[in-house]
Amino acid sequence: MTDPLTPVLTKHWLGPESWTLRNYTELGGYEALRTALATPPDDLVALVKDSGLRGRGGAGFPTGMKWSFIPQAKPGETPTGPAAKPKYLVINADEGEPGTCKDVPLMMADPHSLIEGCIITSWAIRAHFCAIYVRGEVVHVLRRLHAAVREAYDAGHLGKDIHGSGFDLDIVVHAGAGAYICGEETALLDSLEGRRGQPRLKPPFPATAGLYAAPTVVNNVETIATVPSIVNGGKDWFRTMGRERSPGPKIYSLSGHVERPGQYEAPLGTTLRELLDLAGGMKDGIPLKFWTPGGSSTPLLTDEHLDVPLDFEGATEAGSMLGTTALMIFNETVSVPWAVMKWTEFYEHESCGKCTPCREGCYWLAGILRRMVDGEGTEADIDTLLDVCDNILGRSFCALGDGAVSPITSGIKYFRQEFVDLCALNAGQQRHPEVDRIVELSGASA
Amino acid sequence: MSRALGPEAPAAPPVEPEHAIDEAGGTTAQHAERASVDTTVFDGVRDRATAIVARYPQPRSALLPLLHLVQHVEGHVSRAGIAFCAEVLEITTAEVSAVATFYTMYKREPVGRHLVSVCTNTLCAALGGDDIYAAVRERLGGIGHEQTSADGTATIEHAECLAACDLAPVLTVDYEFFDKQTVESAVEIIDALQRGEKPHPTRGAPLNDFRSVELLLAGFFDDPAVGGLAAVAGPSAAEESLRGARLAEERGWTAPPVPDEGGSA
Repeated sequence: MTDPLTPVLTKHWLGPESWTLRNYTELGGYEALRTALATPPDDLVALVKDSGLRGRGGAGFPTGMKWSFIPQAKPGETPTGPAAKPKYLVINADEGEPGTCKDVPLMMADPHSLIEGCIITSWAIRAHFCAIYVRGEVVHVLRRLHAAVREAYDAGHLGKDIHGSGFDLDIVVHAGAGAYICGEETALLDSLEGRRGQPRLKPPFPATAGLYAAPTVVNNVETIATVPSIVNGGKDWFRTMGRERSPGPKIYSLSGHVERPGQYEAPLGTTLRELLDLAGGMKDGIPLKFWTPGGSSTPLLTDEHLDVPLDFEGATEAGSMLGTTALMIFNETVSVPWAVMKWTEFYEHESCGKCTPCREGCYWLAGILRRMVDGEGTEADIDTLLDVCDNILGRSFCALGDGAVSPITSGIKYFRQEFVDLCALNAGQQRHPEVDRIVELSGASA
Repeated sequence: MSRALGPEAPAAPPVEPEHAIDEAGGTTAQHAERASVDTTVFDGVRDRATAIVARYPQPRSALLPLLHLVQHVEGHVSRAGIAFCAEVLEITTAEVSAVATFYTMYKREPVGRHLVSVCTNTLCAALGGDDIYAAVRERLGGIGHEQTSADGTATIEHAECLAACDLAPVLTVDYEFFDKQTVESAVEIIDALQRGEKPHPTRGAPLNDFRSVELLLAGFFDDPAVGGLAAVAGPSAAEESLRGARLAEERGWTAPPVPDEGGSA
C-alpha cells in the first residue's frame, strides 16, 4: 500500500523560489533529460507506454500510444507523406474548465518540470519546435514560464545541439486570448495558427495532420510534467501508485465548501471520502449535497458516491467522468438549478458558434434555466431541457456540447424534485392575462 | 404590402457588389479601407512585431501576440490595429477582424487604466463572487460588463473560471490574482485604484496597468514596462496549493522511493 498522499510534482513546490532553475536542479532536475538523451527515442515511447501514463487533461488517452501514432521515417528509407514533415509538440496549458486549478499552480511554482518534460517528449517524438499554449489571463504564470525557458536556454537544455546530443529544440511560450474552446486540441491548433479557435473535423487526427498540417502531439501540462519522473523512476515505480489501468499520482484539486481547499497529490483511485478527510471535512460541518469529479463537464455526483475510486474507470462506472480531477464541492445551502444555470451560462458564452446544436442549444438551455430560477418556469420546462440536451449530446462538433449537457442531465437525474419544486412555486400564481388571450386566439386548450 | 416591382419596372444598371473578391484575396472595399487607415501610431513597435513573427515556423501564428501588442499601444483593438496586423502578416483585414472579434481578451472599446475581472462562474459565485461583482459595479458608478468608470480608472468585466477555484472567490486586476476576496476587500481594491494606488496582488508581480501587461502577453516578459526580470519573483504558490505537500511532509508520507536503476536504462 502506498501512503495516502504521494507528492511527486507538488513536492517541488515547497522550496523557496521553487520556480528557479537552481531550486529545480538541486532537487535532481534535468537528470532525466540526460538519461533521455542517451536513450533511443523509440525506447522512450515504449517506456511511457509501458508506464501506463494517461493524459491528465481530462480524456485520459494513453500518452505513450499517442506518441507512437506520430509517423516516423524508417531507417534507410526516404520518408514520404506525413513522416517527411517536421514534427511538433504542443502543450495544452489553456486551463479553463470550471473548477480546474492544477496546471496554473504547477506552472507558477515549478515551470521547469514542464520544460524538462517538453524536451524529453520532443526528443522521443523527434520534434524540434514546441509551443506552450497558455491561457492569457494568468500573466504571472506566463512570466515564470518565459523566465524558465530563458534559464533553460542559458543552461544549454534548449537550443542547438543540446548537451552535445546533436538534438535541436526551440520552445515558444504563447499566450492565448480568452477562449475556453481553445482547450479543445484542434481548436487550440487553429488558434496557434492565428485563426479563430474552432475545432476541426477529425480525422485526420493531429498525429498526422496537426499544427501546420504536420504530425503533432498535443498533451496537457500535468501529463508532460510527469514524464521526467517516469524516466527517473521507471515504469514499475510509476505503477506502484494508482490502479492497474490508471496508474500514477494525480493532483486532486478540492474547492468549494471544504475546510481546507487546495491541491492534494494522491494515487489515482483515491475516493472523495479520503480526500475530504485530508482536507478537514466539509466546511463548518454542513453536509455535502453535490460535487463534480473533474470540472463542470463531468456529470454531478452526490453523497452516495463518496467511496467511488476516482480514476478513469471508477468515475465512468459511477456515471460520470474523471475529467481534470477538479472536485467542486457544494453543501446543502446551494440550489442545484441555480448552479446548473450558472454553468450553462458559461457554456453559452464559450460555445464557439461553429456547430448549430451547441451554439443554439446552449443559448436556449441558458434561457430556460434563467426563467426557471427567476420563478417563471413550468414543469414542462424540465422535459424541454432534457429534449434540448438530447439534441446536443453526441450531435455537436466537439466535446464542448457534450460537456454543456452534463450538469443539466445529471442535475435533473439526482435532483429532479428540486426543479419541480422551483416550478411548483409559481404553478399557483395567476397567469398573465396576455397569455390567456394568446391561448384563446390560437385555439389551444388552456 | 404593394408589389411595385412588376414586370414593367425598369431594370437597375448592374453594380459590382461591395463584397466582390479582388485578385489580391481581399475585397475591393477592404483594400480601399486598409489603404485609408493610418497605422503610423504603431511605428514604434514595428521592430517588436518583426520579432514576434520570427518566433514561429509560420508567420500567421504571430497574430494573437500581435493583437496583444496592438492593445499595448492603443488599449484596445482599433481599425488601425487591425490594419497594422494585416500589413505585418500580409493577410486581409477581414481575416484579422475575424480573429480579433472571437477572443474575449481583445477589447473593441478603449479599456481604462486597469481591467478588473471578477469571476462569476458557479463556484466563485456560490462563495460570494456575484456579490463582489455587484459591489464593484456599484462602487464604479453602476457601470456594467466591459464598461469603464467615468474617471477612466477601470474597466470591469464578469469573467469565466480563472483557474483559482481553491482560492475562491477571486478577481484579477490586469490579470494578476487577488485571491479569497470579500465584498469589503474588493471595494477597497477599487478605492485604492481610484486613488491612483497599486494594491499588491496576492500572488504575482506589482501592478502596472492594462496596457503594460499587454506587452507581456505579446511575449516581452522582461521589459521594464512590465517590471523587468524582477517581476518574476513573488511567492512560489498560494498556501492552498501547498496544502497536500505540507500535510504529507508533516505526516511523513511520500511517493514510493525511486529505485537505484531507472526504468529507461
